[in-house]
Amino acid sequence: MNGFDLIRSAIGNSLRSKTRTVLTVIAIFIGAFTLTLTSGVGTGINDYIDSTLSSIGASDVMSVTKTPADAQNDGPVEYDPDSSTVESDRPAGGDIEAITSTDLDTLAAVPGVLSVEPAVSVRADFVQYDGGTRYQSAIGELVPGMSLELAAGEQPDASASDDQIAIPQSFVEPLGFADDADAIGKTLTIGITDAQGTQSTIDATIVGVSEPGLVGGTSAAPNTALLDALHQTQSVGLTEKAAQTYASATVRFDPDATDAQIATLKADLKAAGYDGVTVEDQIGSFKTVIDAIILVLNGFAVIALLAAGFGIVNTLLMSVQERTREIGLMKAMGMSGGRVFGLFTIEAVFIGFLGSAIGVVIGMLAGTLANSVLSGGLLSALPGLSLVAFDPVSLGVIVLTVMGIAFLAGTIPALRAARQDPITSLRYE
Amino acid sequence: MPVPILAARDVRKSYGRGPTRFDALKGVSLDIVEGESIAIVGKSGSGKSTLMHLLALLDQPSSGVVELNGRDAAGLRGSNLNTTRNQTFGFVFQQFFLTPGASVLDNVTLPLKIAGVRGAERRRRGMAALAQLELADKAKNKATDLSGGQKQRVVIARALVNDPSVIFADEPTGNLDTATGAVVEDILFDLNRSTGITLIIVTHDEELAARCDRRVYIRDGLVVDEATSAHHDAHRGHGAHAGAAEQPADGDGEVAA
Ligand SMILES: Nc1ncnc2c1ncn2[C@@H]1O[C@H](COP(=O)(O)OP(=O)(O)OP(=O)(O)O)[C@@H](O)[C@H]1O
Ligand SMILES: [Mg+2]
Repeated sequence: MNGFDLIRSAIGNSLRSKTRTVLTVIAIFIGAFTLTLTSGVGTGINDYIDSTLSSIGASDVMSVTKTPADAQNDGPVEYDPDSSTVESDRPAGGDIEAITSTDLDTLAAVPGVLSVEPAVSVRADFVQYDGGTRYQSAIGELVPGMSLELAAGEQPDASASDDQIAIPQSFVEPLGFADDADAIGKTLTIGITDAQGTQSTIDATIVGVSEPGLVGGTSAAPNTALLDALHQTQSVGLTEKAAQTYASATVRFDPDATDAQIATLKADLKAAGYDGVTVEDQIGSFKTVIDAIILVLNGFAVIALLAAGFGIVNTLLMSVQERTREIGLMKAMGMSGGRVFGLFTIEAVFIGFLGSAIGVVIGMLAGTLANSVLSGGLLSALPGLSLVAFDPVSLGVIVLTVMGIAFLAGTIPALRAARQDPITSLRYE
Repeated sequence: MPVPILAARDVRKSYGRGPTRFDALKGVSLDIVEGESIAIVGKSGSGKSTLMHLLALLDQPSSGVVELNGRDAAGLRGSNLNTTRNQTFGFVFQQFFLTPGASVLDNVTLPLKIAGVRGAERRRRGMAALAQLELADKAKNKATDLSGGQKQRVVIARALVNDPSVIFADEPTGNLDTATGAVVEDILFDLNRSTGITLIIVTHDEELAARCDRRVYIRDGLVVDEATSAHHDAHRGHGAHAGAAEQPADGDGEVAA
């Protein structure tokens, strides 16, 4: 029997007992459908993170902190009167060792580092427009090179000498603007308290309104001039040493650096006693969590598929049983055991293909439907996020995996059929 | 004496082991010459089918030798064995063994499909075999929709389609009424006469056996008697023995295709 006839016969055989085939196909369909949706959610969210990441830009900067001494050994750390700490407002970090101007020089000397800037962090008391209500607002640590997703206006100009700021979209109405465009060009008053407890205000021009997103969506983003002004005001009353300590520094490297080069840079920083984290690393940890969740969901779908695999074993064992005499006849007519094996495994693979192809197609339809429902409702706060996205490679992998499982399941009945003795089969009643 | 196309040399076959061991054949020797028609006759359970399966190389003897064209068939393995089964033998079983859902033509061309013959060629040869058995108009029908006699003719067409040199028929008329049975018998003997195809018929029907050139009687796994039809022998004298070698090259010989 040639390959073409073998495939045709196998497909013909699978359609002979329709009910049984349909039931098995449904079992596979359920698994493939689930797998399509779970992997679609994985793709969707990761795509969103990726696009957010690329819209942020800043792929050539690294945030550097001093490696805490206790990172190396678990025991208590001896007190060192020369090392100073920064009181940090980061919730998880606790006290971290401060970066001083000496550190900045050390960092600048690390090979691969193009420039070093201290990361200035300021805490404003309030923001206010035209004497209206005062609102609390975080002032973002806008990493140089980072780009905001803007609803109106433009990005604060880092090199401009006047004070500029971009406000989050959610502040537009409370501050008293008619709409996003109305806020552009208006003056925002920022209240800030210095180290001596004196409150003063600084005015800045609103140049942009930022969209809510995964990062930087809820804090106001100042340009360098404004940030420096705020920092200076905040540092009034501090000793020079205290004023010139920072929680972290921002290091720029070659934008064309490869992953390996970035890794080398991190290793060099580590050797010098610093931890370097790129924006991608920070967001990458989101992806790790999402990937883990998707993995667990996919695991459930695969379990469903394994159960469906036993369905295939059962279906084909029944059809081997039913076709005992036919198999005997074909063997008596000179069909080799290998071809008989092929006949049944191809049938299994075909059933697997049917179930998975239908599952993938319906899964895509359901995902598209879910997207259009969710983007208008639950997920409207995250524009640009389509919860379920499909990439042809992973859909192909799903179909191939299911066909592989079906093949494995098919080998059990196929081996039984291939080993059948023609005489015994012909005598079978 | 020409080399027999098939021969059994002291063939024994036992089933099972230990206390349940059963000797179905207890030392059978037999020569079958190309072009003859031979009946294997015996009561139920005497070992007729067992002997036929051994001669058709569907099973191996427990001891003894089955020879095909003078050579020990035990040497045939794997694809050689499959090719021999496919090209040299045609089978007509007591049950029809037709695939129910498939068309008459598909059933008939099954041996060609197994041989790997391409679709168009398969169709052509299948239709020729059906035409030979006057069933061409039923080619597209489902096999299940035919009468018993028609089914048996389909089975014969299937046995012939690969142009075999030997046809094995196990109780070919056992399922049919006398009149239909007679028609099927006529077809088989006509083929034997016109194309020189070797006919090996297993039966317990004395009348059918009487139409064969030779009868071998089996009881409890042993050959107890052999008889040669006087008039058949005279008739076949030229056909079977003198003409055995030339027969396949004969113009008529190709009609079976
Ligand atoms: N696989 C087997 N296991 C055990 N015994 C078997 C097996 N196959 C056949 N036999 C026995 O061998 C003997 C001969 O069987 P065989 O089928 O050759 O009989 P038969 O002459 O063809 O009979 P019938 O005319 O009824 O078809 C029987 O007694 C049968 O029970
Ligand atoms: Mg029998």
